[in-house]
Amino acid sequence: MSSDTLVQELLASAGINPRHVLADDVARLEVHGNQVVGSHLVPGLRVDVDERDDGIAAQIRVEEGVRIPKPVHICFGLLPEKGLQHIVLDIRIEEKASASVLAHCTFPNAVDVTHKMDAEITVEPGATYNYFERHVHGQDGGVLVVPKAHVVLHEGARYKTEFELIKGRVGQIDIDYATECEANSVLEMVARIGGRGNDRIIIRETGHLKGEYARAVLQSSIALREEASAEVYNTLTASANGATGHVDCKEIVQGHGLAKAVPVVEVNHPGAHVTHEAAIGSVDSRQLETLLSRGLSEDDAVDLIIEGLLT
Amino acid sequence: MGILEVENLTLELGGKRVLDGLTIDFWEGHIHALIGPNGAGKSTFASAIMGLAGYRHIGGDIRFEGESIKGLSVDERARLGLTLAWQEPARYQGLGVRQFIQAGAKDKSLDAVKKALRLVDLDPATYMYRAVDRTLSGGERKRVELASILAMDPKVVMMDEPDSGIDVAALDHIFAALKRLKGKGTTVILITHSQTVLEQADHGFLICSGKLVDKGSVDKIAHYIKDKCIPCGHKNEPELGEVP
Repeated sequence: MSSDTLVQELLASAGINPRHVLADDVARLEVHGNQVVGSHLVPGLRVDVDERDDGIAAQIRVEEGVRIPKPVHICFGLLPEKGLQHIVLDIRIEEKASASVLAHCTFPNAVDVTHKMDAEITVEPGATYNYFERHVHGQDGGVLVVPKAHVVLHEGARYKTEFELIKGRVGQIDIDYATECEANSVLEMVARIGGRGNDRIIIRETGHLKGEYARAVLQSSIALREEASAEVYNTLTASANGATGHVDCKEIVQGHGLAKAVPVVEVNHPGAHVTHEAAIGSVDSRQLETLLSRGLSEDDAVDLIIEGLLT
Repeated sequence: MGILEVENLTLELGGKRVLDGLTIDFWEGHIHALIGPNGAGKSTFASAIMGLAGYRHIGGDIRFEGESIKGLSVDERARLGLTLAWQEPARYQGLGVRQFIQAGAKDKSLDAVKKALRLVDLDPATYMYRAVDRTLSGGERKRVELASILAMDPKVVMMDEPDSGIDVAALDHIFAALKRLKGKGTTVILITHSQTVLEQADHGFLICSGKLVDKGSVDKIAHYIKDKCIPCGHKNEPELGEVP
């Protein structure tokens, strides 16, 4: 299959209209397995990719002071039923630069696929980096997703990461993100995942507010149906004056799903303040009854409530 | 014959009889008010009529357009045209106002959603893409809920404390929506202990200790509120027993 065809197939499997990403002013990178099948750069963005046996290693730089106006589109995927894709990323958003990335990870036919990511992310002083990652999986649940990231936010840096897996079966996912936040930096980590069947979800997110007035929010929204299970370990540590943060975990459990939330907040400076909130349970009865009283069936009402939670 | 007929309705909760032989006919296209002191059984009555969980093991019968709905689920009753607006509307994390209104709407078009929002004086451009969550005030959620009911176009709507948690200006919009519902032939049952809300009704029913104590014109029923229920002998402290 040609590279162009693979790009088209990957985008189609992720539900993306090629017209939206195959434009001259949109930077992009498409990787199928261990092969770069498409790429396009814009001024101020440097991407060096090394193809390896089991995946790729990419070094991505947004140059100092550069603001990339349109989100960079990245698509990682594997179309066959079986395989391994290991992505190693070294991302640096240089001082006062700004970039957003819209990433799609697509494994539509997976029966036995492993997708691993190891990322080292540095957001330099005054820089901004927004990363949105959407996973599109098939209905068999044959995917193991293991994303790990170590993030350093320098003074005044802003970083927001959103992870979404609500289409198709999760399979098994084991997220491990750790972030260090220097003074006046802002961190927001959001995960929205819907599991069913025997899907297994593990989320480990940690944030360390090391610098004065650093701020962070760790937010997880999980919906479980049938026999799916989830364990969410959110840890936020504040060690400097004015550092503030919040940990929020919401899990809806239907059927025989199993949910566990362990929010850990640690404050070791009298001028820091961290809060947490965790709610696990079935669908709220008032929410459900309101929708039933509008004529929705119970299944449709639950779907709508979960859709809201994961949106 | 009323569109909604309640005959000898009884309900016990926790071993206590909270609805005690209520028989009421609600006439089609009228605005009815159900008044009574706190704990009289007004909200319980609405929950039983709607068939909510925990309020279904009733005695007596509930007929909608002549047919018993006692054995029907909440959504089945709603699909017949019966609905309920709660005193404290639910909040939904992430669920948009547009989706919420569309969920039960007869016409699910965007134009219909916008129209419903305008009828409760909420600007669609501002509200349609907001979530029905804690970012909306209680009064805004109340109006969004009313918009969803207007879009649903039910035959009978029960409104529990429609003035609860909202300001005077917002209340005017709710009253205007009530008139619109009545104009369309919808039967409205207001559950209240507010004189202002009672005055919107055509008829009133006074409930105390789960029993129907009196019924009639708004003027006739209003004096129970003015006099704090003293004429009924319960001194606003509902207890079981014979109604004088």
